[in-house]
Amino acid sequence: MIDPNRPKEAWGSRLGVILAVMGSAVGLGNFLRFPGLAAQYEGGAFMIPYFISLLILGLPLAWVEWSLGRYGGLQGYNSTPGIYRAVWKNRIAPYCGVLAVVIPVMIYMYYVYIEGWCLAYSLRYLCGQMSFGDDPNAYAGFFGRFVGMNEDGFAMSSHGDWPFGSAVLFTAVCFAINFILIYRGLAKGIEWFCRWAMPLLVLCAIVILIRVLTLGTPDPKLPEQNLLNGLGYMWNIDMTGEKCWLSLCNPQMWLAAAGQIFFSLSVGFGIVITYASYMKKNDDIALSSLTASAGNEFCEVALGGMIIVPTGFVFLGQAFIENPPSTFSLGFVALPNIFNQMFLGQFIGFLFFFLLFLAAVTSSLSMLQPAIALLEEGLGLHRRASVALLGFITAVGAAFVVYFSKDLVALDTIDFWIGTFCIFVLATLQVILYGWVLGVDRGFEELQRGAEIRIPRFVKFIIKYVSPAYLLAIFALWTHQQFFATPDDPTQLTWTQRIQQSAVVQVTLAFIGVVMILFLLLIAQSVRRWRAMERAEKETAK
Amino acid sequence: MNTGGWIVMTLAVGGVTGLLAWCVYKVFTTPGAEERIHSPADVAPPDVEEDEELD
Repeated sequence: MIDPNRPKEAWGSRLGVILAVMGSAVGLGNFLRFPGLAAQYEGGAFMIPYFISLLILGLPLAWVEWSLGRYGGLQGYNSTPGIYRAVWKNRIAPYCGVLAVVIPVMIYMYYVYIEGWCLAYSLRYLCGQMSFGDDPNAYAGFFGRFVGMNEDGFAMSSHGDWPFGSAVLFTAVCFAINFILIYRGLAKGIEWFCRWAMPLLVLCAIVILIRVLTLGTPDPKLPEQNLLNGLGYMWNIDMTGEKCWLSLCNPQMWLAAAGQIFFSLSVGFGIVITYASYMKKNDDIALSSLTASAGNEFCEVALGGMIIVPTGFVFLGQAFIENPPSTFSLGFVALPNIFNQMFLGQFIGFLFFFLLFLAAVTSSLSMLQPAIALLEEGLGLHRRASVALLGFITAVGAAFVVYFSKDLVALDTIDFWIGTFCIFVLATLQVILYGWVLGVDRGFEELQRGAEIRIPRFVKFIIKYVSPAYLLAIFALWTHQQFFATPDDPTQLTWTQRIQQSAVVQVTLAFIGVVMILFLLLIAQSVRRWRAMERAEKETAK
Repeated sequence: MNTGGWIVMTLAVGGVTGLLAWCVYKVFTTPGAEERIHSPADVAPPDVEEDEELD
């Protein structure tokens, strides 16, 4: 509950909040993960489960978060534990909200590291220091050295390549940018940055897209490696139907599509709910939510889907198809190699990594606001103190991730447990809170108040029954796949095996536990403060 | 690229672009939108405001 003596923070404009939510959603996944998945699952066929997931999972969950956020904001809360307390009159309600604070804070701890890579790569391109010749291994070697994949603590040094070889320096710069912006507040920090960063990001992507669409056949000796075949690799669907039907019967593809929608729209992260809590009673949330989601989908499908895979096919051909790289390898190893072979490649490389950097900053900024909201309204801290405390917590976490850099195990572990597992749990919890605790009729009323578009009534049925069932089914399938199923690749381990065999995984899990306990204690203190304020209010009323 | 590829690409890219264009059109043309789009972004945390006043 916000102290009535303090002025309430608010968004400066509607466009600002839409761009801020869009900025939170648009990230590396739009430009690297989505095209990789689409190509892996036969392009065109992947679009069917992808758009079905968008309609029955993505958009309804986004509306749920916006509605819960504004509902809680009107009761005087901006932090998710407080909002849950307003929605669910139960002693454990605020403690259930711990995930909505821990998820963004812990994702930030590794995301700021990746943000540093993007900034470093873009500046290296600008200074002409990203050309390592035609040997693909040179790019892999540079990336491995830069992020410290060879041994723990390796990323702490610049290895004689100061300042461009220092991942720590770039991470620190990104860290400072984020905290300066978050210190300036919602309107003058987050909103101000997103208002110019998002249009600039789209502009960069359009320039890159124009270059990709004019690639033609760069090597006349390899006529089959042309743009049309590259686009075909991304979008083709088997017209006879047999192969397409076989693909659609593959549950892994449905799981991948739902996961992509889910993570891409940033639903279940605890971010949108906090952002929406700063909106006013009769502000539209239905159209704003749809616009932010549409903006994210535009960046993902129309820009991300048209750039990476066709470029990879045109320059690397069959090798790209037979050994599709992982997200990081695609972005930081394969693409620099491709840009090196491309006309205007240095400029396009700079634009691409600058685009990723902007996308990463708009996302990482949003990850700080939920914890700031808790520290301010729960502990009564002012912005300076809350930023300093959160800065300390996230700096410790980021240092942990940067130090345990060997094979990026710490990053992977936090990404899996916090950035995937906990997000499923939180999204399920939120959709149940909305559909079954607040009540779907009351929730829908909240969504429709001030709405500038009419949302069909069947969305109520989807939110109450279909979305939770779909989420739980995906969660069950995913859990089975990650913990119990034998991996196709015998060198890969299940998470059960990884926990048993890796000390770094165990230490990282212990670290996650410590952060979780820290925030549970902060929530306990906040609850005590809220109760005291409520008692004082009642006495004043008497 | 086969015919199916062209159809899927056109529907997917056209669909999301059309949806975004429609949403942006609605946001900018709804009565009263101008006021909300251009309202002053002057709300800052209290101690940040104090700092700015001192400056």
